[in-house]
Amino acid sequence: MSRPAVVVDGVSKRYRLYHERNQSLKATVLRRRRARYEEFWALSDVSFEIAPGRTFGLIGENGSGKSTLLKCLARILRPERGTVTVDGRLSALLELGAGFHPELSGRENVYLNGAILGLSRRDLDARFDDIVAFSGLEHFIDTPVKGYSSGMYVRLGFAVAINVEPEVLLVDEVLAVGDAEFQQRCAEKFDELRRAGRTIVIVTHAMDSIRNLCDEVALLEHGTLRALGPAATVINDYEDSVHANRRADGVGWRWGTGEAEIERVEFLDATGRAVTHVRTGDPLVVRVHLAAAEPIEQPVLGLGVHTLDGVQVTGPNLREAGLVPDRFVGRGHIDHRIPRVPLLPGTYDFSALLYDYTITRAVDARIRAFRFDVIHGDPAEEHGVVTLGGTWDLAGLADGR
Amino acid sequence: MTSLAEYRRNRELAANLVLRELRSRYKRTALGYGWSLLNPLAAVAIYGVVFSVFLKVAPPVGDPSGLDSFVLFLVCGLLPWNYFANVTNASLDVLLANANLIRKVYFPRELLVASVTGALLVTYLVELVVLVVILVSVGSMVLPWIPVLLLLVVIQTLLVLGVGLALSVCNVYFRDVKHFMALVLMALFYSVPVVYPVSLVPKERTVLGVEVPVRFLYELNPLVRMVECFRAVLYDLRFPPLGTFAYFTVSALVCFAGGLALFRRLDRRLAEEV
Ligand SMILES: Nc1ncnc2c1ncn2[C@@H]1O[C@H](COP(=O)(O)OP(=O)(O)OP(=O)(O)O)[C@@H](O)[C@H]1O
Ligand SMILES: [Mg+2]
Repeated sequence: MSRPAVVVDGVSKRYRLYHERNQSLKATVLRRRRARYEEFWALSDVSFEIAPGRTFGLIGENGSGKSTLLKCLARILRPERGTVTVDGRLSALLELGAGFHPELSGRENVYLNGAILGLSRRDLDARFDDIVAFSGLEHFIDTPVKGYSSGMYVRLGFAVAINVEPEVLLVDEVLAVGDAEFQQRCAEKFDELRRAGRTIVIVTHAMDSIRNLCDEVALLEHGTLRALGPAATVINDYEDSVHANRRADGVGWRWGTGEAEIERVEFLDATGRAVTHVRTGDPLVVRVHLAAAEPIEQPVLGLGVHTLDGVQVTGPNLREAGLVPDRFVGRGHIDHRIPRVPLLPGTYDFSALLYDYTITRAVDARIRAFRFDVIHGDPAEEHGVVTLGGTWDLAGLADGR
Repeated sequence: MTSLAEYRRNRELAANLVLRELRSRYKRTALGYGWSLLNPLAAVAIYGVVFSVFLKVAPPVGDPSGLDSFVLFLVCGLLPWNYFANVTNASLDVLLANANLIRKVYFPRELLVASVTGALLVTYLVELVVLVVILVSVGSMVLPWIPVLLLLVVIQTLLVLGVGLALSVCNVYFRDVKHFMALVLMALFYSVPVVYPVSLVPKERTVLGVEVPVRFLYELNPLVRMVECFRAVLYDLRFPPLGTFAYFTVSALVCFAGGLALFRRLDRRLAEEV
């Protein structure tokens, strides 16, 4: 194997947390030292290597040290211990904005940023049009960047960062700000860079894009490396652990008269095992556990499935199915069997609602309280929310086979 | 990366930063670059009136130039002083003003101080050109001394860079360095022979029965030597006294080395502290 593009060896980074942000000489002299602070290790002993040409994802909860690590890679921060070696020209796009000067125009900032990233004036002249075209900001390029929206900022920053043709590109969380069209363009650009053998390190909370883009993923937890490996494995582990926490926390809303209760909802795979995620196209059983101290007449159970954006995907219920039980008392469960899950990869929120027969009075409504993931399966479609399960037929082509 | 490539890259970046500094300095002001000449003109007018009309400070006659003008005497010391004071003030702000850049991209941060110095150097050179033209037009043949003048400017630039590097990074850690320096600069201005000749400073004076070598102490200040050097070349048209020149040069080198060393030491945690 060739030399790794990035080597992180035993990196530890310490921050100082000042208790009073009193950076004055007076305070120092009085206390005979600088303001009191606590030490905080944002990274401890992190090591990994990235082979050239890989797309590498960094994931972890807020504050787990992802941005800190990326800044160490970019040489902006110097770790207290350990070393970082980056082989080749590096370009970084960290958080919002790329270090633009607000009073200067977009054009001047492109030249300045290009120079910081190591381009000569001649290189920049040659690439200027590409940069502007990629950012799509032709009309605004001569106005001061302080008037830009955050999306415009990122567009321009990203356009510069990518057009310096870095051998190693670091991207922190910024792409989420761009609109759909720009994200699409970025995805294409990433693909192009990857095919050109460039190394990319991405930090994001958008698991879908990590899953799609990355070969390898590192999971950080409180500044330590929790997991490192192929994208799918690490992300699944991470989501499982997050979901375990999330269920305990209990998300969503709940209301109702309380005569009966939806105790919990289980997701079961083909073998009857409880799962937290399923593949597109696999069978799934949604099991709703109910309890009623008093008998309740003609209860109607409904389910709801929402995307995280709040779009309702579906909402089956017992009344529409013509299966309303006459009465229910004690404990029990109702299964909803899905032969082939038509949902495309992503995270979905399930709701379970127990109503009286007229569907006017909620007995127990647990809205978007059960979170669930769908991962890549069959068919391997990407776009939208569901698959229609359609098949293609090429027989109509002239030389169709 | 080879150090040659790195060097070339940094030079290019420094040039860019200087340009940015020059552009943003007078952006959206009606007079634009005109301000950079108006400021010293106003200072000359004010000090000229106060010190030669009200206080009647008599300028020494230039030897061998034969110049006898308080305003020219003043300007020959004021321009180098202004360069020093402007770089000091600008350095105090430059790191905080560029916090955004420091937190987001990597580059040698010394370049930020170098860039404000560079921008002020450009202004300074323009002022010196104007001064040279005026001197020549009043019959003082300063042209042959221009190489020496440029040498002095180079040495002075090392001095102000050293001071600027040290102060810029200190001000990030102790934000009141800036306010403190406003006082220091005011005191320094009057302890440097800009508005009066050195000859007004007594050699010795008895304070509380103790003989104090006032002039000796006075001349320990490298800025005094700096002004003396410039005045010798511009006003008197002669090479500065060798001792003064050597003192100025050595202190500039020490200052530069010390400032750079301090900067490099404190720059490790700059991105967290700005
Ligand atoms: N300049 C700083 N001074 C002190 N503490 C800091 C500083 N920057 C970050 N931290 C701390 O270091 C820890 C890691 O921060 P970091 O920004 O690397 O997290 P992150 O993984 O990028 O989080 P997010 O997902 O929210 O972007 C946090 O606890 C944060 O409070
Ligand atoms: Mg972050």
